[in-house]
Amino acid sequence: MSGTTQSRKAPERGESTSPVVLELRDLHVFYGAIEALKGINLTVRRGEVVALLGANGAGKSTTLRTASGMIAPREGQVLLHGERVDGIKSHDLVRFGIGHVPEGRGVFPRMTVRENLQMGAYRFKSVDKDDLDRVFTLFPRLGERKSQLGGTLSGGEQQMLAIGRALMGKPEVLLLDEPSMGLAPLIVQQIFEIIKEINEQGTTVLLVEQNASQALRMADRGYVLETGSVAMEGGAAELLSDPRVRAAYLGEGAA
Amino acid sequence: MSMKTSTPAESSRNESMAPSAAARLRKVHWYQEPRWRRLGALLALAVTFTLMTGEEGTTRDLFLALREDFTGPGLWLWVGIAVLVWVVREFLSDQASGAAKWTKRTASGPFAAVREAWGSNASLRVGVLLAGLALAVFGPLGLERYWQQVLVDQIAIFVLLTIGLNVVIGWAGLLDLGFIAFFAIGAYSAAYWTGALPVQPPVVLNNFLVIPIAVATCLVAGVLLGAPVLRLRGDYLAIVTLGFHEIVYLMAKNAESVTEGVRGVKVERFSIDLGFFSYEWKLDPMPYYWVLIGFTVLALFLFLRLEHSKVGRAWTAIREDEVAAAATGVNTVRYKLMAFAIGASTSGVAGVAYASKVGYFNPENFAILLSILVLAYVVFGGMGSIPGVIFGAAFLVWLPEALREWVDPKDRYMYLGALLVVMMIYRPQGVLPSRRRKRELEMAEAGIGGADATGPAEGRQQ
Ligand SMILES: Nc1ncnc2c1ncn2[C@@H]1O[C@H](COP(=O)(O)OP(=O)(O)OP(=O)(O)O)[C@@H](O)[C@H]1O
Ligand SMILES: [Mg+2]
Repeated sequence: MSGTTQSRKAPERGESTSPVVLELRDLHVFYGAIEALKGINLTVRRGEVVALLGANGAGKSTTLRTASGMIAPREGQVLLHGERVDGIKSHDLVRFGIGHVPEGRGVFPRMTVRENLQMGAYRFKSVDKDDLDRVFTLFPRLGERKSQLGGTLSGGEQQMLAIGRALMGKPEVLLLDEPSMGLAPLIVQQIFEIIKEINEQGTTVLLVEQNASQALRMADRGYVLETGSVAMEGGAAELLSDPRVRAAYLGEGAA
Repeated sequence: MSMKTSTPAESSRNESMAPSAAARLRKVHWYQEPRWRRLGALLALAVTFTLMTGEEGTTRDLFLALREDFTGPGLWLWVGIAVLVWVVREFLSDQASGAAKWTKRTASGPFAAVREAWGSNASLRVGVLLAGLALAVFGPLGLERYWQQVLVDQIAIFVLLTIGLNVVIGWAGLLDLGFIAFFAIGAYSAAYWTGALPVQPPVVLNNFLVIPIAVATCLVAGVLLGAPVLRLRGDYLAIVTLGFHEIVYLMAKNAESVTEGVRGVKVERFSIDLGFFSYEWKLDPMPYYWVLIGFTVLALFLFLRLEHSKVGRAWTAIREDEVAAAATGVNTVRYKLMAFAIGASTSGVAGVAYASKVGYFNPENFAILLSILVLAYVVFGGMGSIPGVIFGAAFLVWLPEALREWVDPKDRYMYLGALLVVMMIYRPQGVLPSRRRKRELEMAEAGIGGADATGPAEGRQQ
């Protein structure tokens, strides 16, 4: 156990030997006749931050939706601790420890911040006071706005609320879909630091991001999707220095 | 060079000739102000109302009615009332709310003491509730026979229907317009199981024993209808449930060999026979009233427990955002079905009670109008608020009956309609709104999310 956290601190990526938590095996996902995922393989080990990069429409959100049970794959498997969970509905999968913060946040607009967070603990009998305190410590801005309505929060605050609400469900794996979307650079910085903190407190993170350099700097490993397939994968530092990644996603050294 | 000098000159000439598009759009005309728009709506209502409740036309003189209506005193009366409502609401509301504040302030001492006692003293709470219940149970004994009939046949039945529909629309946000179909199913179940239909049941049952069967039948019917269509929302669900109502209604009307069709069915009244004790409900309305009070209190007891439970919170979450609700672990399909089925079975119980009270009914007793009326009661009272919808149903059922003495009986529902229009202009949240509903309307006014009960909040990118 302690070895896990140590290997996280020393960035010997890819060498992590902690057990696999989430595994996607040869996933094929269709929207009608459109094949959005054409055989994705992906593993996430306990304690890792894994970044999922790719152009618009590459299938990143679809991958997360499949992992959290919002869509069922036509072929392939989703494994949680080695057990198949594909086909389980998202509301049941929450109980298996998957927390999904969907693209576009989706806070309950007419519930207060506190009610939103309480909804996050819906799967439990009662709201864990410590979890609530933890969220307010991670996001002091939410603490100042406990009785403000979700829909009246700023975009960044809504993102914080969405992440906070997912944390209230005590997820083992947190799936984050573009948490930096539409946020000012300073707030993006903050959100990334908080994600890192959440990870250090023991939550495994699968992070979809357009903000490739920042995501890779925080991640242990990364995957790059291209039109529904994995084009590249590897340690975060390795990807960060890969010329193809730099050209395509970091806007550098274009041919 | 010459080009350069001419350009600014040209643009300034442009400006002086006509206001720019932006300036035109910025200008607010007086008639665009909400206050004047509301006056316009009220005046339009007054004129329509005069025409609809005024003289009837004849084929010989096409314009007789118009002439009579526009020269008679009716028009001025209604326009006067419209203007009065407008003036009071627009200009005197400050004074009114000031007066209300003053009353509140001076009364706050005693009120606070009362509230304090209410909050801390459980036996006081129980006492007051029991006193209220006693009043509801025995108070009507002092009424005239006619009003006792109205109270049972209409008010009590509709209160029960309305609290059922409130679960479906007010809490789960499902726009169900086929609600009365379940009322019909309940009534025909009562007829079938008491042996009143041409087709005979395996065993003939007592009316009270039909109730669990009707509940089960309506639950099954509700789930059968609900399961395939609850993916739909808002308008789509409304259309499908409307269609369902029409199917039930037309079957009742046309399947004569089973339902007697438009001839209608005679059903036995309530009765108990326990061997050592037997009692039959006869023409006196009060015993029926007590049965209905019993059903209503039972329903209230069950529903109020649901409202603040996990189930109630799941319904709220579904109303707000289904995807997010599912992401927090709410089984959206199950809870929507549950709301639908609860509403359906309440409606079914009301149907059995209705059939066993009136003793005779036909398909016209389950016309689509009733679904719309029950919906109006929910909206008028305050969607999602139990005290609100009870008041809404009781008041709006009472009103047309009370108007019977004052106005042409044919026009009674016009008055109800006019009241609803004024209500939607000045108090869209209903008479006694729930806290959440009030919030929704405030946010809709501020441009965040929709105001209808059923739509998920807008502004969600997904
Ligand atoms: N509900 C849907 N119906 C049909 N096609 C869809 C649906 N959702 C996604 N797609 C298609 O599937 C493909 C992958 O979409 P996805 O949302 O996973 O992309 P993404 O990588 O998250 O993109 P972005 O960075 O823009 O969010 C796209 O071509 C998209 O048009
Ligand atoms: Mg996406």
